[in-house]
Amino acid sequence: MTLTVAGEKKEYKDGLTLPELIELEDVEMPQYVTVSINDEFVQTEDKETTVLKEGDSVEFLYFMGGGC
Amino acid sequence: MRIIRIEANAYDEIASYARKQLPEEACGLIAGTEDEDGNRLVEKVYFLENIDHATDHFTLDPREQMDAIKDMRKQGLKPLGNWHSHPESPSRPSEEDIKLAYDSKASYFILSLMADNAVLNSFHIENGKWEKEDLRIFSEKYFF
Repeated sequence: MTLTVAGEKKEYKDGLTLPELIELEDVEMPQYVTVSINDEFVQTEDKETTVLKEGDSVEFLYFMGGGC
Repeated sequence: MRIIRIEANAYDEIASYARKQLPEEACGLIAGTEDEDGNRLVEKVYFLENIDHATDHFTLDPREQMDAIKDMRKQGLKPLGNWHSHPESPSRPSEEDIKLAYDSKASYFILSLMADNAVLNSFHIENGKWEKEDLRIFSEKYFF
């Protein structure tokens, strides 16, 4: 199936899960990454069980914050 | 060491925006290009909401962050990192900045407003360690 990941179209196996995609894309420190699929943010509790489907557009966003 | 360049006008805009947000910390993203040696040129600065609205902490709004990333892509720019202000402390990563720096590819700009003149530095932060990057603020008349 074709997914758009961080703006790039790529081919993946059918039934790919979000954790598998995170591993394939070598996302550093995934526990601190917010994921959106088709512009909807994935809730933390759903990250492990989300299955991707043909045409999904996935974005990975690092939490960005700090102090002084 | 990587060189990262930003035009003086963009630096002025960051400082001016950050002063307007006082006493809260201000924050945003930086985007631009990177050459084959890893040297970076900031071509666009994004001014995003600090959803903490705090004087000593900032968090970018993920929705605004995503919109900015999409805008960068449209313009052929690469996400280079983020920036935030320190209203009353120096331009160096705080313990919290270090702890929350999850993206080792990012340049972390910190603007100190503790003195009359704003001071901007860029840092690479990885695995709890940081080093200053070679940040150069240039203009048409003074490029280095």
